[in-house]
Amino acid sequence: MKVRSLVVGLMASAFAALAQADINVGVIVSATGPAASLGIPEKNTFALMPTTIGGQKINYIILDDASDTTTAVKDIRKLITEDKVDVVVGSTITPNSLAMIDVAAEAETPMISMAASARIVDPANPRVKWIFKTPQNDIQMSTAIVEHMTAHGVKTVAFIGFADAYGEGWYQEFAKVAEARKLQIVANERFNRADTSVTGQVLKILAAKPDAVLIAGSGTPAALPQVALVERGYKGKYYQTHGVANNDFLRVGGKSVEGTFLPAGPVLVAAQLPAGNPIKKVALDYVGRYEAAHGKGATSTFGAHAWDAGLLLANAVPTALKKAQPGSKEFRLALRDALEGLRNVTLSQGIVNMSPTDHLGFDQRARVMVKIENGAWKLQQ
Amino acid sequence: MDLQIALLLGQDGIVNGAIYALLALALVLVFTVTRVIFIPQGEFVAFGALTLASFQAGKAPGTLWLLVGLGALVAVIDGVTAWRTQRRHRMAHIAFWNLAYPLLTAAVVYCDSPQDWPLVLQVVGALAIVVPLGPMIYRLAYQPLAEATVLVLLIVSVAVHLTLVGLGLLFFGAEGSRTTPFSEASFALGDITVNGQTLWVLAASLVLIAVLYFFFERTLYGKALRATAINRTGAGLMGISTTMAGKLSFLLAVAIGALSGILIAPITTVYYDTGFLIGLKGFVAAIIGGMASYPVAAAGAILVGLLESFSSFWASAFKEVIVFTLIIPVLVWRSLTTRHIEEDE
Repeated sequence: MKVRSLVVGLMASAFAALAQADINVGVIVSATGPAASLGIPEKNTFALMPTTIGGQKINYIILDDASDTTTAVKDIRKLITEDKVDVVVGSTITPNSLAMIDVAAEAETPMISMAASARIVDPANPRVKWIFKTPQNDIQMSTAIVEHMTAHGVKTVAFIGFADAYGEGWYQEFAKVAEARKLQIVANERFNRADTSVTGQVLKILAAKPDAVLIAGSGTPAALPQVALVERGYKGKYYQTHGVANNDFLRVGGKSVEGTFLPAGPVLVAAQLPAGNPIKKVALDYVGRYEAAHGKGATSTFGAHAWDAGLLLANAVPTALKKAQPGSKEFRLALRDALEGLRNVTLSQGIVNMSPTDHLGFDQRARVMVKIENGAWKLQQ
Repeated sequence: MDLQIALLLGQDGIVNGAIYALLALALVLVFTVTRVIFIPQGEFVAFGALTLASFQAGKAPGTLWLLVGLGALVAVIDGVTAWRTQRRHRMAHIAFWNLAYPLLTAAVVYCDSPQDWPLVLQVVGALAIVVPLGPMIYRLAYQPLAEATVLVLLIVSVAVHLTLVGLGLLFFGAEGSRTTPFSEASFALGDITVNGQTLWVLAASLVLIAVLYFFFERTLYGKALRATAINRTGAGLMGISTTMAGKLSFLLAVAIGALSGILIAPITTVYYDTGFLIGLKGFVAAIIGGMASYPVAAAGAILVGLLESFSSFWASAFKEVIVFTLIIPVLVWRSLTTRHIEEDE
């Protein structure tokens, strides 16, 4: 009796899986809370994504984690158990993505993170088998900065970053590369997103007399230390991170951020890329779609990370569909294998070659150096 | 650290401290009169600054719709109450302040272009939009629970805070704004330069404190608020309306908050959620004053500002930790020196 009901149950669930042909994509973004300036463009991007891939209807189920780790874990559990998603895209920020890894791996559901840290896809962790990500690793970006600094005669540098995981992560990566390249870090300061004044930190940096200052913050808050340094008459080189690559930063920074260097994904300067670059077409396509919906100059590189997650799926789903039906364990495994097998896929931020030890797949084509000139981003050769 | 750095840090600390002092005064005022721990105080700092920034960016601020919406809600509730209790003569008054005034403000902002106004008019406009929100929020959230325990009122405050932060994100977006400074001038004072905006902050804070002192000492409304703060029941028996006192204290607190926001907006980037942290530091200062003493709270605020600016020099990563840890010795000291009086509930 027991065996029979089990068989019936299995058949029923198999039937349900066959009947439910749609692919469910669970999305977790930080559309509110401290990371909202990153999460909102990502959320907007999902509205522009294709509704069918390989003839299969795609449902996007979008949840907001309020930039909160606990909520992110709650969200991914809900997506997996209640909505039975085939893949999870998210979250926006590193701490949330790290917390979600265990849940995704346990449920054997592929996950594509939109957060920066390399630890998310650290190959040493066996659970990372299920995890992929689209943003460039911090280390790629900090190498670009250090190379630019040493090429332009910078010997000493001061660091000021957010007093959180972003600033701390950047400091560690940057210090590693800087030490290898004989670049001396003469000051290491922190500030908070909501600070009304950074006078103390700025005075300390000025006293150390560095050749250049690196500010590791994201969005408009990163303008505050630079404005304060300019006010106090600091004349050295200014470097920012790719976290500031949106137009609000230019608006708030105004004249104070002129001449700043930063590494960024090629999508930021898509129109200035050389015609032979395959990334140009994909990046311009995204920028065109986003600006058609949200106005000129509205694109940020954060939305492009979400778009790239969509492109990864668009390339991997057709392969997975040949092996299994959506909604099944087999499909999730097939999708994971298909994602890991992606080769030479052009995204808006770079060209991806996945491998079992590299679930990001970007090379140095995924970053460019950009300078702020006359209130606009200018590609540096 | 040489003298020049110490002077610069001191100047920075005093300017921030002046803002915390204003917020601490507003917190003490609201708490003594209504027993509400006014957590949403900080939100009005952000609302004031961002409303002004919206004007300067040539956009209609979202707070305008909040004013119209809350006004309509208050008008309906108060109108129905006035109708039922046969106090129909009050209807015109209610309709004017809650319907006509918000709509009139909205009409002015829409028909004229605020980005062409002189700065003074923009500031007045921002205050005209944000300040009436105070009494309206008191009417909707706190007045029905005016006799509840401090804990219940605190929970309501948390709810109001979360609602306003959410609305702030909706109105102003996640990115911050700066406004144009009141004065571009800077003065050389020995080794250090003082810029005009910091003088504005200090002068405005001192003037505001003087005005508050005059208000409480010399005017009938101020004395009514003091009487309510000392003894609610007694003041009620003497014919002072506790509802009026509550609304008035909220009006003052929100006005102080919005003005603080307008003062700091040219110095720093203000975000929809910046106010909370600023408000919390005001709260630390208010705690130093035992939520009761105005001068001690103001002195505490300067202490918080100085501590913050010097710790950002010595140990920037631990700045917030240092500032908020200050509250522990203060609480220990206060609980040892003051006799605890059970609140009769």
